[in-house]
Amino acid sequence: MTRDEFTTIAGNGLWKQNTALAQLLGLCPLLAVSTNIVNGVMLSLATIIVMALANVAVAMLRNLIPHEIRIPVFILIVAALVTVVDLLFNAQLHELYVVLGIFIPLIVTNCIVLARVEAFAAKNPPLNATVDGIFMGLGLLWTLAVLGAMRELLGSGTLFGGIDMVFPGLAPIQVLPESYPGFLLGLLPPGAFILLGCMIAWKNWMDARAAERARRQAPPPVAPAEAAGV
Amino acid sequence: MMFAPAPFLLKDASVSQVMTQVCLALVPGIAAYAWLVGPAILVQLVIASLAAVAAEAAMLKLRGKPLAMFLADGSAIVTAWLIALTFPPLAPWWLVVTGTVFAIVVAKHLYGGLGQNPFNPAMVAFAVCIVSFPALMSQWPSVGLKMPLLEQLDIILGLMPRADALTGATPLDAMKTALKLGDGQIDVAQLLANQDIYGNFAGRGWEWVAAGYLLGGLWLWQRKLITWHAPFAFIAAIVAISGGLWLYRPDAFASPLFHLLSGGTLLGAFFIVTDPVSGCTTPRGKLIFGFSAGLLAYIIRVFGGYPDGVAFAVLLMNLSAPLIDQLTQPRIFGMKGKQP
Repeated sequence: MTRDEFTTIAGNGLWKQNTALAQLLGLCPLLAVSTNIVNGVMLSLATIIVMALANVAVAMLRNLIPHEIRIPVFILIVAALVTVVDLLFNAQLHELYVVLGIFIPLIVTNCIVLARVEAFAAKNPPLNATVDGIFMGLGLLWTLAVLGAMRELLGSGTLFGGIDMVFPGLAPIQVLPESYPGFLLGLLPPGAFILLGCMIAWKNWMDARAAERARRQAPPPVAPAEAAGV
Repeated sequence: MMFAPAPFLLKDASVSQVMTQVCLALVPGIAAYAWLVGPAILVQLVIASLAAVAAEAAMLKLRGKPLAMFLADGSAIVTAWLIALTFPPLAPWWLVVTGTVFAIVVAKHLYGGLGQNPFNPAMVAFAVCIVSFPALMSQWPSVGLKMPLLEQLDIILGLMPRADALTGATPLDAMKTALKLGDGQIDVAQLLANQDIYGNFAGRGWEWVAAGYLLGGLWLWQRKLITWHAPFAFIAAIVAISGGLWLYRPDAFASPLFHLLSGGTLLGAFFIVTDPVSGCTTPRGKLIFGFSAGLLAYIIRVFGGYPDGVAFAVLLMNLSAPLIDQLTQPRIFGMKGKQP
């Protein structure tokens, strides 16, 4: 894999084709678990593991899988990997497992995973597919972390609520004063939709600004006479 | 694109003229309100207006629109006044500010500003705040509470602790809770005999505030700023459903008069379901819109968990307004059959 390929794949995953902000895939888990940073990041980590492994498995088997039945085969591979992650969370992070609940098994049906397997892993060599899985997952991770932080801050005035479920001994940070009444809407589904909408608007605005700058900085077309050195 | 049906020849009324008259029409209601709970409501009106103008100016600047023209149209002030009138008068200042800023920024400008908002901004503010801060939004001052301006100001600004004794539920909410707790043992007539909460027709004192809104609404109708369709259908729906249930079981359901003069019925009928932007524009559409909103408002306020249902009913109907408008386009004169 060349350096250019790596940059393109990473850039697509983190920004240009960000699963949450550009492709708008997998919104159900995204909105349901992003009530705080910890939940969002941990579910993203589970998704990253599944996506990276599923991508590498499918990329290696891509020439053996009959085209007509590829979707059931993909789902079987993803389901097997999700079962592994599900059992892993249950054993190691049981409290968090209870909080995330159905959304870990639901990674099987998460359209982000299937979309990457179908659109990328089935057509590319294993190494590229692994990088793609990891970076698509990282794109989801930072989006969920930012969304979770905003919702947590608005809804309860804290950050890293539930961190003790992952790192025992750590406590959430109280950012706003104790008397903060809590803007409950931030924690409810409408708040998630509104804030995600704001994030998408922010991404589009950044892209528009970047495009505008690129257009302005492009060297002005040189007049033929000048080019000839008259 | 023209959304409203014929007649297209209208009196040339600018937005600011219309908005000024709507504000004027609110004055009788506000006067009765101020007489009932004291100057707190005037303080809330000022806070809400300032917040609305500030949010409006900030959003106009961000969107690169001419500031003076849009600020002077007064639409932000009408939204702010409706918010102040629907929020509890002794609510802390930041509650009204949060509601107003949310209404102007999210419900109005993010959808494209004046004339583009699919939802009534004031009702969005009410819904957002009652969902987010249910306790603060249901503390209404007890009637007959005589409190000097400075003390009320202290409570609004949060300088004085909020004593529970000062506040209670609205008469509408109190009636619902008492009936639920009484579980068939208590009937409406017994409850209404409690003259601390209830007056001649509905909530003591609040009935006169409602009458003030009715007066202002009738004036708006007389000035032809609103048509009779939506308010009439809204009131008719509430009278029909509450009357039906009242005739069926007078001990368990309050009379239509009680429901007309309680909560936001009359404010909603004349100032909210008549919103020209988020409501329907065809005459038949207005009737359907008002009637459905009235039915929903009654169902939510009597059987639901919230103190009043007008805000949620109006928001639900706002969603349906474009479809209703499309299905009720009037027949063009001289054409036969259904028009596309």
